[in-house]
Amino acid sequence: MTELSSTGFPLTDFTPVASFLGGALIGLSAVLMLLVEGRIAGISGIASRLLPPYRDDGFAGRLAFIAGLIAAPFLVGAVTGAPVVQTVSSNLLLMLAAGLLVGFGAVWGGGCTSGHGVCGLARLSPRSFIATGVFMTTGFLTVFLMRHVIGG
Amino acid sequence: MSVLVNLALGLLFGLGLVLSGMSDPAKVLNFLDLAGSFDPSLAFVMGGAVLVAFLGYRLTLTRERPLLAPRFQLPTRRDIDARLIIGPALFGIGWGLGGFCPGPAFTALGLGEAGTLVFVPAMLAGMWAARALAERRG
Repeated sequence: MTELSSTGFPLTDFTPVASFLGGALIGLSAVLMLLVEGRIAGISGIASRLLPPYRDDGFAGRLAFIAGLIAAPFLVGAVTGAPVVQTVSSNLLLMLAAGLLVGFGAVWGGGCTSGHGVCGLARLSPRSFIATGVFMTTGFLTVFLMRHVIGG
Repeated sequence: MSVLVNLALGLLFGLGLVLSGMSDPAKVLNFLDLAGSFDPSLAFVMGGAVLVAFLGYRLTLTRERPLLAPRFQLPTRRDIDARLIIGPALFGIGWGLGGFCPGPAFTALGLGEAGTLVFVPAMLAGMWAARALAERRG
């Protein structure tokens, strides 16, 4: 059983080294994307262009990138011998609303945690600093409301 | 060639998400829970990613062109409009509700949790709606 906090949410370990190294791999993927393809590695840009209308011939490459994302936890599981652990809410109405907001908001704002939060900040883009500041703020506020005002 | 490169880059990106813990919504939500079970790990994910990308982008952009494309395609916009506030504001609310942003949602897809299987199609529908609305408004 996962240990729970006093307010009933699963506790997670502070993992600065693994998180920094994992972040570095994300950054490396973004650098190689620019070096090889000349593009920004923004997941919402890649995923949203899997849907019509199609404006270029990049469909197969985008599908392959997403397939790589999907395959990653299975590679980790095969190498470490332990399945990847995660806790996803089983409140399906909440997850439906969350998915709609994340998808709409990412495309409407021209990027998500990867496009603005990693690639944009690394390019010192003023737009990305604003976008990242805004989604971090509403993220903090949403969790505060859900966990400490409304309650689980 | 490009397909294989993209598969490898997606895999590398996904390995980073899994190793860093960002693929676990519980860890994301604890990062966002400053007043409760705060877990600062995600600041280190962002730190590692931005540091490597910052240095790597500088090196890469000293080249004339990318290896497999005729030219670099970088965003050029610098204007601040309402969409740049409204979009990320909605995105952050959804992120705080579910603990998923787009990358981790895809790495979670094959693990088959019901919440993920609802989230990913809803996210794609939201993306499609935003593109359609943006095209109608011109």
